[in-house]
Amino acid sequence: MTAGETSPVLEIRELTKSFGPVSVLKGVTFSLGPGVILGLAGENGAGKSTLAKCISSQYKPDSGTIRLNGSCFTVPQEFTLIPTLRVYENIFLGRELSRYGFLKKKAMILRAQALLNKVGCTVSPRKMVSDLNVAEKQKIEIAKAFLVRSKLLILDEPTTVLNRMETETLFQILREFREQGGSVIYISHKLEEVRTICDRIVVLRDGVLVADEASRDLSAEEIARRMVGRNLTRIFPPKRPADPGTDEVLRCENVSSGREVREVSFSLKKGEILGLAGLAGAGRTELAETICGFRRRSGGRIVLNGTVIARPAPDRMLRAGLSYLPEDRQRTAILPDFTLADNLTLSSLSRYTSWGFIREKRCREAAARYMERFRIRAASPDERLGNLSGGNQQKTVLARGLDSSPSVFIFDEPTRGVDVGARGEIYEFIHALAESGVSCLFISSDLEEVIGCCARVLVMREGRISGELSGEDVNEERIMFLATGVK
Amino acid sequence: MTEVKTMRTERIRKILSYVGGPYMALAVLFLVCACSSDVFLKPDNLLNILRQVSYSGLIALGMTFVIVSGGIDLSVGSLFALCGVCSLLSIRNFTPGRPVAGMSPELCGLLLGGAVCVGAGVIGGLLNGSAVVFGRVPPFIATLGTYSIFRSLALYLADSGTVSTENYTLEPFRPANELLTKIGECEVFGMSLPGLMLIVFTVILGVLLARTAFGRHVCAVGSSERVARFAGIRTGRVRFLTYVIIGLCVGVSSFLAAGRLGSVSSTNAGLFYELDAIAAVIIGGASMSGGRGTLAGTLAGVLILGILSNILDMWGVAATLQGLVKGLVIIVSVLIQKKG
Repeated sequence: MTAGETSPVLEIRELTKSFGPVSVLKGVTFSLGPGVILGLAGENGAGKSTLAKCISSQYKPDSGTIRLNGSCFTVPQEFTLIPTLRVYENIFLGRELSRYGFLKKKAMILRAQALLNKVGCTVSPRKMVSDLNVAEKQKIEIAKAFLVRSKLLILDEPTTVLNRMETETLFQILREFREQGGSVIYISHKLEEVRTICDRIVVLRDGVLVADEASRDLSAEEIARRMVGRNLTRIFPPKRPADPGTDEVLRCENVSSGREVREVSFSLKKGEILGLAGLAGAGRTELAETICGFRRRSGGRIVLNGTVIARPAPDRMLRAGLSYLPEDRQRTAILPDFTLADNLTLSSLSRYTSWGFIREKRCREAAARYMERFRIRAASPDERLGNLSGGNQQKTVLARGLDSSPSVFIFDEPTRGVDVGARGEIYEFIHALAESGVSCLFISSDLEEVIGCCARVLVMREGRISGELSGEDVNEERIMFLATGVK
Repeated sequence: MTEVKTMRTERIRKILSYVGGPYMALAVLFLVCACSSDVFLKPDNLLNILRQVSYSGLIALGMTFVIVSGGIDLSVGSLFALCGVCSLLSIRNFTPGRPVAGMSPELCGLLLGGAVCVGAGVIGGLLNGSAVVFGRVPPFIATLGTYSIFRSLALYLADSGTVSTENYTLEPFRPANELLTKIGECEVFGMSLPGLMLIVFTVILGVLLARTAFGRHVCAVGSSERVARFAGIRTGRVRFLTYVIIGLCVGVSSFLAAGRLGSVSSTNAGLFYELDAIAAVIIGGASMSGGRGTLAGTLAGVLILGILSNILDMWGVAATLQGLVKGLVIIVSVLIQKKG
């Protein structure tokens, strides 16, 4: 800061924040003057969203100071509009204009109209929010920021839901906001976009600020490099060769599902661990769910073990030999009130019945075997699964998938919410699984583990496969270039 | 040896933790009743209670499946009336005049009536299941609709009146009716047929829910349909079948009731049975949001409600106030379970 410049809108000093044992922000310091659009870049989990939430005081920092001059407003990734209310009702939600307890509807509609004009939104203030498209909803969110006259606007991944035209309009609004002395923190994975719209770029890596420069001084390649450059600290089992044979187990041809998955083709060989990398929202989970039949396929062909799967449904795919370990364990993979044994045998109960009756003893014995094999730490197979740690729950889900003897196993973020010790074990299990001839599709946002585990890696971007890497090319820079669309 | 023992005690503890509460409450209620009334403990009275609760009790057994799978069925009372009306109408109109396949006409008529009654119940269940699973209509709404539809059909078929085989003069039907009422009143091991059926069904359905893959799947779907689907369970089929099961229970219950009375009133038959059945399931310890519940618990709930209304009668509590007591029992039982 040189003398003569106006006082900064935001000043952050030595900000730290941790969740339990995981420290997410490790002493971040920067300041932001008025009339600046600041880009905030970083990998998944680098701490961008946490930083944004600290600034908007949704999180309380552990130490350090945040000085905010004026008010700040966040446009979150998931919009917070109420779909059953009208546009103006949403804009004024919690700040309704009223007199003697009665709403001043006309005044609110007029003000809302003025705000909408300001953000270049043509919808009527009386329209229901549920009838709007995402771009319009985003503009409503920004209109809310204008209503409270905030000096600082934080946008978290604003363009993932927008097309090129809509993005251009958004940029126009942001530039006008800057002209009027407002500041913006712009969080995005799309590096070219960040360079286009932002005056200054701050890069976070593992909670540490690693770059803070004018955007014209940073190339997109340089940003990507700064985002990932760190030391490999984890130990992975030795990689398996890229081409372990010619037996093809799973093949996808132009598989599409809505806007999320577009014409994805790849093939998976017997005993291979194929990585699937990409940034949040690139469509990896959606692709997995389409293959497994949880999501409607809008086009393409899936061939599993030489058979074309005409109508994939979860139960049919499971019986055809495809197991899936879902990304969101708490919501989609475990029944916390069921016992460990009951959870483990849920997909393959027919194996444990005779004359239609469940043989509890056989279930328990199988569970005990898996507990030993996967080192699941629980008092007994009868323990409630909700009482176990994340790592042990994950191993139980893994054992369940394995119990139906799959030929293909799709792992979606297998180490998310898993403690460090169990992580290494999960890598080993996956490796051993591949060794025994099971083909694995390994989806992860954690580049380090993708590189550590997979000899061949597909990278997705905006619903498409943007590239395939193998051998020496499997490194963080190459993956990041493909994932962010930098040539 | 010790391991087997701990396993066994573990299992007993597990069962107790599920059904212990309702049975404890049942025991307390039983003791209070036994102390406060001389008549209560007489076998006749006890068997009478069992028979009285068996009609809505059978429905409560089916309701357990629906509620544990995360659904609800409000249409059972109306379906009960519709089944009875269809059954008696078919006995009246289609009993053959001479023996068929070596069976006497009245036996044929009776079998026909039974088949129609249970069949109508199953079809009703199929309709509810289709609306919920294929039509994706929320169970509360779907069965609220069929609640109205079934009652309306029953009223239409019976001309808003009572269908009876008794006063029908044509000759072959009188013996069919006699056989029907005989069944309604017949006693096995000193127990009325409906009471016996209640116990038999509790055991069969209890095993189905607790010991088979289907039963486990019902619990899983009720716990979290999403998780169940991701685990490869055919959640639609499971939910569909729970409605078929309750339809079957309604059909059986309706036929036993028709036999007992020899007639079915299209306006009054099965009135409020849905509420009694749901209340019994909840008192029996099932979770309204699904995933947890046992048939043994439901049986306890059924008996608690039955004994309660019996003893209130004996204490001379006005019939108009009995609903108040029942309602309090339902709310208190859930409050206690929440604490536990």
